[in-house]
Parts: sequence; C-alpha cells; structure tokens
Amino acid sequence: MDIFLQQIINGLVQGSIYALVALGYTMVYGIMGLINFAHGEVVMIGALVSITVTGTLAAAGMPLGLAGLCGLVAAILSCMALGWSLERIAYRPLRGSPRLTPLITAIGMSIVLQNLAMIVWGRNYMTFPPLLPKINFEFAGTHFTLVQVVIVLLSAAMMAGLVFLVYRTKLGMAMRATAQNPAVASLMGVNTNRVIAAAFVVGSALAAVAGVMVGSYYEIAHYQMGFMLGLKAFTAAVLGGIGNLAGAMAGGVLLGIIEALGAGYIGDLTGGFLGSHYQDIFAFVVLIIVLMFKPSGLFGEKTGDRA
Amino acid sequence: MSDILLEAKAVAKHFGGVKALRDVSLTIRRGEVYGLIGPNGAGKTTFFNCMTGLYIPDGGGFVFDGLALQADAPHQAAERGIARTFQNIRLFGNMTAIENVMVGRHVRTKAGVFGAMLMNRRTRDEEAAIRQRALELLHYVDIADRADDLAKNLSYGDQRRLEIARALATEPKLLCLDEPAAGMNATETEELRVLIEGIRNDGTTVLLIEHDVKLVMGLCDRVAVLDYGSLVIEDVPAVVQKDQRVIEAYLGA
Repeated sequence: MDIFLQQIINGLVQGSIYALVALGYTMVYGIMGLINFAHGEVVMIGALVSITVTGTLAAAGMPLGLAGLCGLVAAILSCMALGWSLERIAYRPLRGSPRLTPLITAIGMSIVLQNLAMIVWGRNYMTFPPLLPKINFEFAGTHFTLVQVVIVLLSAAMMAGLVFLVYRTKLGMAMRATAQNPAVASLMGVNTNRVIAAAFVVGSALAAVAGVMVGSYYEIAHYQMGFMLGLKAFTAAVLGGIGNLAGAMAGGVLLGIIEALGAGYIGDLTGGFLGSHYQDIFAFVVLIIVLMFKPSGLFGEKTGDRA
Repeated sequence: MSDILLEAKAVAKHFGGVKALRDVSLTIRRGEVYGLIGPNGAGKTTFFNCMTGLYIPDGGGFVFDGLALQADAPHQAAERGIARTFQNIRLFGNMTAIENVMVGRHVRTKAGVFGAMLMNRRTRDEEAAIRQRALELLHYVDIADRADDLAKNLSYGDQRRLEIARALATEPKLLCLDEPAAGMNATETEELRVLIEGIRNDGTTVLLIEHDVKLVMGLCDRVAVLDYGSLVIEDVPAVVQKDQRVIEAYLGA
C-alpha cells in the first residue's frame, strides 16, 4: 500500500510535467491540425538555456535562488522566441499544403534543434544546479521533496492561467474562433496568422517551464532529453483527446500515474523478468490501446478527418 | 469625404471555364441600403467573396472608402470596415452568443499576446469594454437574453440575428448581408426589415443580397441585378422592377 501511494505521488509529479508539455501539442493541434513534433525539443532548449544562465549568474556571485529565477525567465523568453520562429520559418510557408508536409517538417525541425543543441551545449549530460533546498516531507508513509511539491503547484497554476487565457481573454476567444473556423474568424477581423503564432508562443512558454522542472527534478539535462519527453507528452495529449485542453491536463496526469504504477509493480507482475527501467513501455502501450479503441481520446469530441 | 463608399471596377472572376463575374462595375453610396439580386448562380455570393478577400478577382478591383481594397487577406477587409454575414450561417457554434460577438470586437482592440499573458491593467479594462459592447450589440439585435447560450443552441432566426451582431461588432462602414431572410417566415422577415432599417438609420451602409424580391424592393434605396455574372441594371427599385431585361432574367426569356 505504501508503494501504491508513493507511486501515485511520483506519478502526479511526472504527470504534471507531461501535462504542461501536452498542452503545447494540443493547442497547436486544436488550432491548425498540426502535430508539432519539435515541441519536445523546445522543452530541451528551455532546460539547457536555464542551466547556462543560472550557472553563469551563480558563478558571478548571484545567490542561487535568484540566479535560478533569472534562468527560468530566460528559458521562457528564449523558448517563446523559438516557438515563434518555428512557426514563422518552418510551418507558415506550408500553410495550405497537404497535412503530411508540415508533419514531416516538424520531425525535421526536431532533428535540427537536437543537433544545434548538441553543437552549442555538447554531447555530455549537464548537471542541473539544485535550485531549491532539499527538504523532505513525510505523509502517511510516503516521502516527497520540496521540488516535487513546487512542480505540482506551479504546473497547476500555469494550467489555471492557460484556462483563463483561453476562456476569458480576447486572445483566447480568437484562438477558439480560429480553431472552429479559420476562414470566418479572419472575415471577422481576426488575424489568424497572429493567432497561430500566439498558440506557438504560449505553448513554448509552458514547455520552457516544463524543461526547467524536468531539469531540477532529475538534476540533469541533455540535448536528447526532449525526444522521449515529447513522445510521452504527445501520448498524454492523445490519451486525453488531442485538441482538448482539459484532455491534455487529465491525460498528462493520468499517464504519469500509469507509468509510475507500472514501474512500481512491473517487477512483481513479471516475476522479476522486467525491471522498473522498462517503465517507458507503459506510455506506448497506452498510446496503442487508445488509438485502437478510442482514437478520439477520453475527452475528445470528434476526430473526423484530422489525424 | 466622398459620397461613394464602395466602387467595384470591372471585377471579373473565373472558375475554370465558368465566368462567374464578367466585368461587374457598380457603386455603393454612403448611408444607403443597396440591394444585389439575381437568379441562383448569377454570381452574387462570388461578388461578396471577392470583395471580402475570400477570392482573389481575376480582373478589376474595388475602391473602398477612397482607397484600393487589398484583397489578399480577409482580416484586412474587416479592418478597413467591411463586415459580412453568410448565406449558410457560419457562427462559432461551440462558443456562447456573447463570445461570438466579442470575437468581432477583436479588430477594434489592441491588447496582444503579452497583454493576455500578463493581464495588466490596460488589458483588463479592454476585456471589460469588449464584453460591455458585445452585450449592447446583443440588446441591439434583441437576443441579449441568450447571451450565455452556445451559438449552436440558438433558434434559426436568433442565429441570423447573432451573425448580424457579430458583424456589427467590427464597427463596419459597410455591412454585407448574404440572404439574411433565407428560411424566415413572414413575421421574422418583417422583424429583419425593421432591424436593417435601424442599422441604416444609425449610419451604417448596408449591402443586401436577397432572393425575397418584396423585401429588397421595399427596403433598398438602389438595386443592382446580376445575371450570368454580368450586371444587368443598377437603379432605384421602381425602375428596376419595370425593366424588361430583369423580368426576362427572372422568368426566362
């Protein structure tokens, strides 16, 4: 029972990160029907930028907490710029082309970004500075750290902010209008190009925060870290129903918990044949099951011709 | 300020071999209700689509409010002051009535991505003003009681009204209504006539595409007739009604 609760908590933490990244996938998909496979790389760039900025400032004598905050802000700003440029350079010229074209471009951009990051930051694992003091909590036989608490709370706050943005502001309304009918939205004066760019920028800001979270959770960052994380978050978005904000959040948390429970019990289930390092299979088993039995996801309304 | 709001100059549009518009030239004056009629397939909606930037004309062009209309992006037409409704209603069905109207305010307001993320004072004030104005417009078309219902759940007549409110939200100089009376019964059509007259009296020029000849003749200051993509006549209703070519176009020669 202790393991069960413990794994639920671990899953919740990991799932909050998935959810933040999944929101980026789902926003872009909801508005323009594109799966931006380069989104995981935006997370990676966010983590690496924050390491560099935090490290440089801390080395210059700034207190670590403040340096970390500057690193986070720098990561957010550079990822927003990156998201904007991705849309501008890679996807906008392909507006109106067959659906497969931007999808392949997205995979291409993902490879380009990984290699750029490798050139800039090198091939080695980089240690993430401990931004928060190592405080441990104990509750009902489970253990968790301050970092984990902050990750869950910060994710929840970011998600609430996003929901507010989408459902209560003029930009959000323009986003929803564009998602429903781009032609009519533009006739009503909505600059749909700008709305699409905004979806990339906002999604990338969330990705940057997720990147810093992953970095400080595992205390490590690497130019390939975005790949698997991106695939998992994509799975989370599909699980929740891609294009649906609530779905991405629920899908992310759910996937994190499924994975954590899977990792916790896989040894017992297979009689020790498979260890917890096989936890990655759970995400993809979930993806396959969802695609087979409920391709529209848990919260999805219609998938129709979009795929 | 010129008396002429919109001037179409020899606008042509082909779809393959079909000449949907053949050098159509017409002028709409400020403050009038201008009717555009013609049999099915005469090119009325094609004309609308060229004007609002949905289609790029193959020849000719438009001068709107003294300046050439750049017809390559629909949101620019809205910015310049042209708003439209659709023959087949195209609301944002999964948004509430008031949100539909608020989208129309987009073009007249400033706050951008950073404003929305930071929610600073100016952005908050602007959001409140948008909501307020949208509510006024719903009152104007008399569906304020449905403000928080999803657009797709409104009755047919109310959806037509909502489309007009959404178009008015962009503060158009020219409001283009594409067959607003389609599918309406006599009472609803009469209410629509009153609404359009009110819009004109409040200073907005109206371009009306309509099949209901009685409505057009009773409401419009001037009328143009299209047939097979060509302009047959442009004149006051009394003259148009008696024109032999118009009668032939409608009844067949």
